[in-house]
Amino acid sequence: MTLVKEAPVRPAKKRPAAPAAGRRGRRRENLAGYLFMSPWIAGFLLLTAGPMIASLYYAFTRYNLFTPPEWVGFDNFTTMFQDPRWQKSVEVTLKYVVVATPLKLLLALGVALLLAQQRRGQGLYRAAFYMPSLIGASVSVGFVWRALFSDDAVVDRTQKIFGVDVGGWIGNPDYVLYSLVALSIWQFGAPMVIFLAGLKQVPRELYEAAEVDGAGPLRRFWNITLPMISPVLFFNVLLESIHAFQVFGSAYVVSDTRCGPADATLVYTCYLYQKGFKEAQMGFASAMAWSLVVAVALVTAVLFWSQKKWVHYEEAAK
Amino acid sequence: MTTVSTPVARTAGERRRTGSIAWHVGALAVLAVVLYPVIWVLGASFKPSKDIIASIDLLPAKPVWANFSGLADGISGISIGSFFTNSLMYAGLAVAGVVISSSLTAYAFAKIRFAGRNLLFTLMIGTLLLPYHVLLIPQYVMFRKLELVDTLVPLVAGKFLATEAFFVFLMVQFMRGLPRELDEAAKLDGCGHLRTYWSIVLPLCRPALITSAIFTFINAWNDFMGPLIYLNTPSKYTVSLGLMMFRDQEGISNYGSMIAMSLVALVPVIAFFMAFQRYLIDGMATSGLK
Repeated sequence: MTLVKEAPVRPAKKRPAAPAAGRRGRRRENLAGYLFMSPWIAGFLLLTAGPMIASLYYAFTRYNLFTPPEWVGFDNFTTMFQDPRWQKSVEVTLKYVVVATPLKLLLALGVALLLAQQRRGQGLYRAAFYMPSLIGASVSVGFVWRALFSDDAVVDRTQKIFGVDVGGWIGNPDYVLYSLVALSIWQFGAPMVIFLAGLKQVPRELYEAAEVDGAGPLRRFWNITLPMISPVLFFNVLLESIHAFQVFGSAYVVSDTRCGPADATLVYTCYLYQKGFKEAQMGFASAMAWSLVVAVALVTAVLFWSQKKWVHYEEAAK
Repeated sequence: MTTVSTPVARTAGERRRTGSIAWHVGALAVLAVVLYPVIWVLGASFKPSKDIIASIDLLPAKPVWANFSGLADGISGISIGSFFTNSLMYAGLAVAGVVISSSLTAYAFAKIRFAGRNLLFTLMIGTLLLPYHVLLIPQYVMFRKLELVDTLVPLVAGKFLATEAFFVFLMVQFMRGLPRELDEAAKLDGCGHLRTYWSIVLPLCRPALITSAIFTFINAWNDFMGPLIYLNTPSKYTVSLGLMMFRDQEGISNYGSMIAMSLVALVPVIAFFMAFQRYLIDGMATSGLK
């Protein structure tokens, strides 16, 4: 992945006493290499590359699983762009990505800063904060969320104490998406751990020097911590936004299996699932999938382009 | 620490202690909010059905066992044990598949110098960013043609074919960190790659293998979309689908049992987590850095 100091594979260093140099040795190494990775090669061809080609083909066909695919050119795409439910799903997904990702990363960073201090029981805290990330994807937690955010339940009653009365979030098209956002934020463990690892690598001398110069905590955070962990921040932003684009389970379970009252939680993949597996419109669903690929690729490209402006790599500083 | 320069050591010590107390209070407060849903479900599983939504209390006024004993009846004629067995089978096969195939592939990337290695490695990393959904439909069509829908094969085939690039990557990173002298010595002693892989690299990679195994287990256990698409017969359902079926059949009337089963379904994940959290969290951190 990206912030991995990209030396994808160490350039073959010349070793003086390579016993089996020569053409035969090299051929034997090639054979061994391909044999060892034959599972991956088979998997890549059968389950990744092949399906990608097939799905690109389906995207230009009408295909219902029962009759052979029928070539329709760009029809799926033009219908898709004009489909109000598709537009709605794009809107819902963007809203979800834009709200959930920054809030989740903010919480992850906050807790990571808290845990970066050397205190007793640190490991236990770290583990406890990580737990929601493991169970959050389960149907069980989906049910719990439904129960917490439904009408007259805990969240509803708590907000009434503060004089807010919107009823339960689950049944309310204006709020239900935010219960999914809350579920996503709750699973902040993975980015937190990555932040934590990044914070540990910031040299202490920098802080000490800044303190001597009279920089307060806020200034130290802004001028030292943030630039020093910006590669990690970049990595987290990239990963979390890509994940957010693909949310499915929570939208299906928490709201309801049709993705929300009034399509309020009709996230992209939920519509894709409905089109492909409920209505057997495999061609349309494939066109949707490819549009998702393009969107994710665009976001990735923009993030990579933007990193020049805000990500500081140590090598560049030298 | 910087306290050395402070003239009176005791006040510095006191200040440090109040700082420490403040830190613990703050951390515990955040933790209480974060773990609230977990504690809530624990309490709710002992509440009578009608109280679950309506009562705001964390703990039941009078704990009842009815929710759990209700589980013994199963869900529309299928025992809870059946869902658990299916989930265990899925997760077990997934773990075996990932550990075997990913470690072999990772060994090739990390330790063998073969033509085209850089290109293939880039391709492998590229699959990490590819949205899974673009493969979903053609894979479904393929498994349907092979008449493998409604079996575990579509769910675990990819695990045996090292398609989970994340774990391959994790293991490659780990294997590259192993001292080079070890496998060079093995080579001089006449060990082939298979021998080096099995007797030297694999044992040293234990932490990476365990991390991958736990993540795979938990992902398979929580997996929802896979079983939703590929499994049709209720007796083959995993726990996630069983829960959904429960909700659709019983609805609000049997809320207590639903919450109780949700809790029971979380137990394996939480147990795994408690046992191995050290490996897991370090593994997670390693994958992002290095």
